[in-house]
Amino acid sequence: GNWSRLAAQQALTQEDLLGFNTTGNVTLVHITDIHAQLKPIYFREPEINLGVGGVIGKPPHVTGADFRELYGLGQGSALDYALTYDDFTALAKGYGRMGGMDRIATVVKSIRTDRPDALVLDGGDTWQGSLTALRTNGRDMVETFNLLGTDAMTSHWEFTLGIDRVMEIVENELNHPFLGANIFDTMWDERAFEPYKMFERGGVPIAVIGQAFPYMPIANPGWMFPDLSFGIRQDNMAEMVAEVRGKGAELVVLLSHNGFDVDRKLAADVEGIDIILTGHTHDALPEPVLVGKTHLIASGSHGKFVSRLDLDVRDGGLQSVNHKLIPIFSDVIAKDPEMSALVDSHRAPYKDELEEVIGSTDSLLYRRGNFNGTWDDLICNALISEREADIAFSPGFRWGASLLPGQDITREDIFNATAMSYPEAYRTEMTGEFIHTILEDVADNLFNPDPYYQQGGDMVRVGGMGYRIDINKPQGERITEMTLLKSGEQIDPAKTYVVAGWASVNEGTEGPTIWDVVESHIRKQGTVSIEPNDSVEVVGA
Amino acid sequence: MAENVRPRVRVPATVAAGETITIKTLISHNMESGQRKDGDGNVIPRSIINRFTCDFNGQNVIDVTLEPAISRNPFFEFQATISESGTFQFTWYDDDGSVYEEQKEIAVE
Amino acid sequence: AIGGAVVAALPMPVFAAATEDQIAEFTGGVEPGTGGITLTAPEIAENGNTVPIEVDAPGAVSIIILAAGNPNPGVATFNFGPLAGSHVASTRIRLAGTQDVVAVAKMADGSFVQASQEVKVTIGGCGG
Ligand SMILES: [Mn+2]
Ligand SMILES: [Mn+2]
Repeated sequence: GNWSRLAAQQALTQEDLLGFNTTGNVTLVHITDIHAQLKPIYFREPEINLGVGGVIGKPPHVTGADFRELYGLGQGSALDYALTYDDFTALAKGYGRMGGMDRIATVVKSIRTDRPDALVLDGGDTWQGSLTALRTNGRDMVETFNLLGTDAMTSHWEFTLGIDRVMEIVENELNHPFLGANIFDTMWDERAFEPYKMFERGGVPIAVIGQAFPYMPIANPGWMFPDLSFGIRQDNMAEMVAEVRGKGAELVVLLSHNGFDVDRKLAADVEGIDIILTGHTHDALPEPVLVGKTHLIASGSHGKFVSRLDLDVRDGGLQSVNHKLIPIFSDVIAKDPEMSALVDSHRAPYKDELEEVIGSTDSLLYRRGNFNGTWDDLICNALISEREADIAFSPGFRWGASLLPGQDITREDIFNATAMSYPEAYRTEMTGEFIHTILEDVADNLFNPDPYYQQGGDMVRVGGMGYRIDINKPQGERITEMTLLKSGEQIDPAKTYVVAGWASVNEGTEGPTIWDVVESHIRKQGTVSIEPNDSVEVVGA
Repeated sequence: MAENVRPRVRVPATVAAGETITIKTLISHNMESGQRKDGDGNVIPRSIINRFTCDFNGQNVIDVTLEPAISRNPFFEFQATISESGTFQFTWYDDDGSVYEEQKEIAVE
Repeated sequence: AIGGAVVAALPMPVFAAATEDQIAEFTGGVEPGTGGITLTAPEIAENGNTVPIEVDAPGAVSIIILAAGNPNPGVATFNFGPLAGSHVASTRIRLAGTQDVVAVAKMADGSFVQASQEVKVTIGGCGG
């Protein structure tokens, strides 16, 4: 019953959460994909996270009961709430919100009490995802991560602030290096950012190599940073590892925004990386995944977790790894006053705008999962009704906080699911054939058996239509039985449909902002209720 | 003659004798493929750089034949090994008969 | 995401015959071997109109580059002169859709070797 969960929460203490038997001579702290969440939030982990090819059923492609079994988590336990999806609403009421920069600051300071020179590394997707980050062009996040004492970062959504703003931050505002070994200029194919940074900690020469999101100009608007080229560049990574080993590095850390499956392949194919701090795919794993001699660490998203690694580096190499995925229970971990004050100062100018109640929800609103989630069902409903469309598309972003049934929906909540720099809600006509082409293209970016050919987010979410997907088929054959829900008819390849969507990567896309579309829809609804969605049939999982 | 054609090259100014150097070249050129149509549906005629050569003191380093599938602003990166000071001669040949040239001095130390 | 994109995204039909013909023309009908040649290209093109490729074939006299899925597969031929510092060359090419890029090198002894790599050309999606 609920009381036992509450009891469980009361039993959680800050000491338990931060307790760690300090070992070795080097400590790493990893935070990634916070998506500008300064304050604690709810975030439901995915129900569906399918692996293909060689990674079927391997972490992070494990959810729910399988996840509990794999890691020995008790049903209804604190880590069950933090790491899985089922029974989320009830557990959330017991365990409360997670994250918050002030709680994270408390954790970092506590770690630095044990190990003053602990390296704090930020995996990127830091400067985007909230109203305040949007309004301040990332300045709120830059200042909070400066105050945290961050030692290095890498990037993805950072570039959607536009290259001029990124360079302004990197040159004038950021206190730490902005690493990207895989970022080159398009004209002469030369390095555009520092590839790595050498540190010395506990007497150990350490190299931290940065790897930005490889498919930046495809998954996000390339016109916002037209002179940059990214890519996985495996050979370049091998050269970087050789270069830093040549400079005496006894510990090589890759601070990566590749996504977990890409990093798993990279770890197998490039020798000499001791630790990969993974990012982008938002996985949270309570134990490292070992590939050869490389330890892969997955630290979740939205400020829900901080990973601590105590490493014993001796005789020129890594001897042992002591790891803890620290869940940031916001009701248990005290606020750091200094960080609290900074966060509040950044939110104060936008207080009325953030707090305005637009409506409420009867349903759990969440985004994460390979296919549709209720937040995007709501966004698609809004696009169809507000833009008078037959079909709606919402991108398969992995960011966006959750809301519990019974909660008010504030403007801040809408921005937490939509805030970004190319928000225009387009309305266009597409043939049935082209809709099929799009779905096939996005599906291959998710389910290509070679992770190096997977370029980004989850499957594009659809409204107004259904389809069947066989994830194991090749591109062009996965998507069948496309149906227009309002008529129940098959979608005709030759016929034209009105499609509304948002977040087009094309320059010059026109339309109202997605947050205005969603706000207008919610105001008309008053209380939002999302029906169970069975319009996508998945085969081969 | 194609408009706004501008060749650019990157060559180190000095090199040790017998050392291999990397050379990068870029020429601003539309590389009209001959497969596109204009607003009236007429095929835009092919107009590309069809050959690029790099020589040093009269001896060849590389000689490239280009087809329309080479991107706009053709870029090449390659290497040369030289044992004496002298002049690199870069030459681009346009479909329209134009020839664009660039020279770079290099000193062997 | 995707609004209004008009790029062909499905794999191109392979113009196999034209590619085979051009290889045969280059090799004089000799079947190329494998090994001794490396073709490097991005797994996914950032822009199908300018895809960086590099080919490396130590000891090659010349190397031909073909795009097997373009209507005209010919891309470039590199002929290395006596002052070439290596048999490595890079350029940027146009790809009409997802396809294999093929490189065939003629070696100094008159033999031929071949390598290929698939490059995916995508509409672009929704990374998060
Ligand atoms: Mn992210
Ligand atoms: Mn990301």
